[in-house]
Amino acid sequence: MQRRASGRTVGGMRALLLQAPAVSLLLVWMLIPLGMTLWFSFQRYNLLNPMISGFAGWNNYTFLLTDPALWIAIGNTLLMVCWVLGITVIGGVLLAVLFHQEFFGRGIARLLVISPFFIMPTVSALVWKNMMMHPVNGIFAWLFKLAGLQPIDWFSSYPLTSIVIIVSWEWLPFALLILLTAIQSLDDDQIEAARMDGAGPLAIFWFITLPHLKRAISVVVMIEMIFLLTIFAEIFVTTSGGPGLASTTLAYLIYLRALLDFNIGIASAGGVIAIILANLVAIFLIRTVARNLET
Amino acid sequence: MATLKLDHIVKEFDGAEVIKGVDLIVEDREFVVFVGPSGCGKSTLLRMIAGLESVSDGDILIDGKKVNQIGPAQRDLAMVFQSYALYPHMTVANNMGFSMRLAGVPKADRDARVREAARILKLEELLDRKPGALSGGQRQRVAIGRAIVRNPGIFLFDEPLSNLDAALRVQMRIELARLHNELEATMIYVTHDQVEAMTMADKIVVLQGGVVEQVGSPMALYHHPRNRFVAGFIGSPTMNFTEVEVTETSPAGVQVTLPGGDSRLIPVESGNCQRGERLTLGVRPEHLTIEDNGPMGGTVTVIERLGGATSLYIATEDGEWVVMADGEVQKRVNNAVRFGFDPGRAHLFMENGDALPSLNRHPLVNIERRENRIDTMDQQ
Repeated sequence: MQRRASGRTVGGMRALLLQAPAVSLLLVWMLIPLGMTLWFSFQRYNLLNPMISGFAGWNNYTFLLTDPALWIAIGNTLLMVCWVLGITVIGGVLLAVLFHQEFFGRGIARLLVISPFFIMPTVSALVWKNMMMHPVNGIFAWLFKLAGLQPIDWFSSYPLTSIVIIVSWEWLPFALLILLTAIQSLDDDQIEAARMDGAGPLAIFWFITLPHLKRAISVVVMIEMIFLLTIFAEIFVTTSGGPGLASTTLAYLIYLRALLDFNIGIASAGGVIAIILANLVAIFLIRTVARNLET
Repeated sequence: MATLKLDHIVKEFDGAEVIKGVDLIVEDREFVVFVGPSGCGKSTLLRMIAGLESVSDGDILIDGKKVNQIGPAQRDLAMVFQSYALYPHMTVANNMGFSMRLAGVPKADRDARVREAARILKLEELLDRKPGALSGGQRQRVAIGRAIVRNPGIFLFDEPLSNLDAALRVQMRIELARLHNELEATMIYVTHDQVEAMTMADKIVVLQGGVVEQVGSPMALYHHPRNRFVAGFIGSPTMNFTEVEVTETSPAGVQVTLPGGDSRLIPVESGNCQRGERLTLGVRPEHLTIEDNGPMGGTVTVIERLGGATSLYIATEDGEWVVMADGEVQKRVNNAVRFGFDPGRAHLFMENGDALPSLNRHPLVNIERRENRIDTMDQQ
């Protein structure tokens, strides 16, 4: 038996044998869909026309990569992810500081502020579509009218902004939850020491609280990133990617190609591109985040 | 370099008084130790001096200036926390320089002062490390360094050594005493450890239940405790107490009957003691001696041999007594022993706990600890 630096015991055929079923199951689970996606992405495969078949070479890819829709979708995806991350992290930090203070009814308030996270995306998208952002019946429209302004038709005028608002609303509670638990682990002595050192509330936030939250922020960014890249229901329910391609993300584009155009080949190629994109982002993230997690 | 005056300080938490009117004067360059059992209010009192807790009533004066409404940073004092409270994401140098950075001191000055403090505390090698990479003793020194760079009038220590192991604690104790000499600063130190209090203090403040029980030099507290609480709290093992009856009072002292039936003349002011009154006799274990025909006796139940000294726990008819005897004592468990004491080292307490003042002041009571310490420093 050897011991690794981490202190875990490794080695021995028996250990390998015992691990094998679980590992191979996971491997199969991952490899078969990946392999099939790769395979289809090189095939001429259209559900509408079974006569078209055979090896396509790089055709699916060249078609996609020369399709302006792809670049628009990638742009939209990055834009949405960045905005939502920015809003949820900054908002989450500020709310965490707020909810860390003592105030009357804090328990109830915490419960309420976290509740959006438990609503399924389809429902929250519908609520936003029909109750909040509806140009006639929506609360925003009503508020605008109260103020004597022209109501905005959110989904046709600002489609991507609307999606960002909805998704941020869903994910802000998650960021808050993680950051609030992190802020609660901040040692009061540190804050008092900073006060003795002459730090005001802003200096304490900047020099003590924020560095303390760095690790939690990394975790929030990493986890949110994984889910935000695959946002689908919110778009499907509200804008359906429109008007035009204004709110089409990569995930939605793949859906469009696969199930509206019934072109499995091109959809698969889109999937492969999505995998590559996700991996690029992940490598970049893990590089920066892992450094934060070390200390 | 500063003086501190507490003028009838009161602290209430939700209507409950935890500090019940404390008066205290801390002289310039004095090392004052607050000591008491947990929950006695010593840390609260320190935090009020620091400005981390508001004052419910009374005044805090630093150098004669009332500071009740002044924030902690402007009181010209620095605090070392029990948990050290280092900023984990900053290097040692940045930890120590943080207060100056906030105050807008230029980087060159900042570095110079940090280096000076690091030199005093022997931290030069560690300036670029983060607190996570330091040992407990090193973190402790950084926390002290953070206080030193501010060059405060008063240093406040909140149980700074309680997280260190025993050997390191002794070492840091000596180092703190050395620092006190070197910096010539006023220091206020909170601890529950009476060894720290006895060894470091110029003046000990014994607190209990938010009230000052006694203020005085370590030797004054040891030899002339003002009441039964101080007598029991200072000294280890704790003082033995027993009920006695007054048989006679005279200018030479109070004659009392011991549990065994013998009587002794204790040289204390008799005050308004009456014959027949019941008092409490207190004798420290180290002032009891094993004597074959001593006035009291019992059976040994436990023996703790420390090498140089031996504690004997003796079950008597009057309850358990502890005798601190010589290391060579031959007694074993279940042996019958008799013991006695020098009446001049015994204490008598009235029913309300107050001590009857001793007729003879102990010669060591007024000795300055500072001279003491310089002697010990020379020996090293």
